[in-house]
Amino acid sequence: MKRLATKLGFYASVFVLVSPAVLVFLWMISLSFKNELDNTAFPPVFIPNPPTLKNYVDVFAQNNFALYLWNSILVTGGAVLIGLGVGVPAGYGIARGKATKFAILILVARMTPALSYLIPLFLLFQMTGLVGTITALVITHLVITIPIIVWIMIGYFENVPIELEDAARIDGATTWQAFRHVALPLARPGIVVGGILAFIFSWNNFIFSVVLGGKNSRTLPSAVYNSLTFEQISWGPLAAAALLVTLPVLLVTVLAQRQIVAGLSAGGLKDG
Amino acid sequence: MTATAFPSATSAAPPQPAPFIHSADFTPRYWLFAAPAVLVVATVIVFPWLFTLYMSGHDWKIGGGPEFVGLQNFAELWRDTRFIESMGHTLYFTILAVVLPILFGTAAALVFHREFPFRGLLRTIFVMPMMATPVAVALVWTMMFHPQLGVLNYLLSLVGIGPQAWVYAPDTVIPTLILVEVWHWTPLVMLIVLGGLAGLPREPYESALIDGANAWHMFRHITLPLVWPFIMVAIVIRTIDALKAFDTIFVITQGGPGTASETLNIFLYLQAFQFYKIGYASAVVVIFFVVIIMLSLLLLYARQKSKWNA
Repeated sequence: MKRLATKLGFYASVFVLVSPAVLVFLWMISLSFKNELDNTAFPPVFIPNPPTLKNYVDVFAQNNFALYLWNSILVTGGAVLIGLGVGVPAGYGIARGKATKFAILILVARMTPALSYLIPLFLLFQMTGLVGTITALVITHLVITIPIIVWIMIGYFENVPIELEDAARIDGATTWQAFRHVALPLARPGIVVGGILAFIFSWNNFIFSVVLGGKNSRTLPSAVYNSLTFEQISWGPLAAAALLVTLPVLLVTVLAQRQIVAGLSAGGLKDG
Repeated sequence: MTATAFPSATSAAPPQPAPFIHSADFTPRYWLFAAPAVLVVATVIVFPWLFTLYMSGHDWKIGGGPEFVGLQNFAELWRDTRFIESMGHTLYFTILAVVLPILFGTAAALVFHREFPFRGLLRTIFVMPMMATPVAVALVWTMMFHPQLGVLNYLLSLVGIGPQAWVYAPDTVIPTLILVEVWHWTPLVMLIVLGGLAGLPREPYESALIDGANAWHMFRHITLPLVWPFIMVAIVIRTIDALKAFDTIFVITQGGPGTASETLNIFLYLQAFQFYKIGYASAVVVIFFVVIIMLSLLLLYARQKSKWNA
């Protein structure tokens, strides 16, 4: 009897833990499939009846959503690819060359608020005429992607036994070859993890695009925020847009949960 | 440089070789690997820091250039009640946005450490908030907080609690924003602590069981001391993240009502990009930066020192 009570108590605590996440996401889905009348009804309507796709159609038809989606793909894709190209070798160089000071500099960059980079970068882009361009956004998103990738890669490369590379070098390999053919393949899981986390935090970033994005170069998060006219909120389309923005990262979370967990404990944390 | 050019690369290591490898003299060749990163970091990270430091001693004139004013910006900040208040809001927000997720996250980790049906699926659902786009999350919470039409007040009315003002009243706005922050980031603490729990040894528990210890004793005297380093990591990360919090606060309240939820970040944003007081905002960044560095050092020091006294 007592064991049953313990068991019930345990499942009750699981239920309590999971329900806040479930409720918010379900409510988001519910809002996005209801018509405006149901969305502003009180008491609230929980199950869309009949469910409507009109909100999703409106998002694409009225808000240039496709353009902003493409911008987000360009900015995040660019920042992650450059981040990997620059950050993976850097992680190797830091781990092997024991460049602790440079590593700490990058860690400090990770701890500083994103806003603190914005004033100087804004002025810099103004001088070079880059304000409002995708290029400017890709450059600023490197502030997010590079520290994550470098720090995760340091951890992975430190776990590659240096003896393997020593052996390669005795066989006549250059340092580059030892990196390329020995260390890199062994650190592949780290590249996946670093890439995924850099993608998520770059995709979710809001503030860089708010300040630096032009009318046609905004990324999705700031575009959705901008389409929000507070005098007349249309909840349905807003919920649909919010859901669409966050859908890619939620899918990645579900598909790559194991890698994400590994990466978060390896030191790549939260956005800019 | 194909893979076949180097067939023995991944074979097992021979006994300790070549003296030339480990010595520090040869580290310069590794610098080349980091060179592109050094270049990028110098441009997007170090340049902004130095420029901010420079600007904090200047006044930016629209149309003209920067004019040197020495420490005047800092003196002005010192007298700016709005700035002082924003520091208070930041402190209030940060303390609760660290303590609550640490408590709930640790509890959640203890639950998810046990084996039970659908554990993986339920854990994924639990973790989803921290990955969700902050703007999207903020918009949905804004709708839920709506005083007349919001679903939260309706749910409260079902259990006999009267309507709350949520983010629309000065004294409830920060607790409400903390609620969102707790929802958003408790999963991160859970994951970190769960990582610590996964590495726990079995033996102490077995001998404790023989000694007749109850669950609380085992938690207090075995589990907690062993996972404490992980909880400290979570505290460090949470503190830094809470100090950086911007997206949800900006989207949900823009610092309002009035200035009731204006944290340092919001104050900074408004000074820089609404009032274009570039030098003034730069001074805020400098102060902020010093606080974050000092706090991080303090926390890292505490982490190294901390041996949990069981």
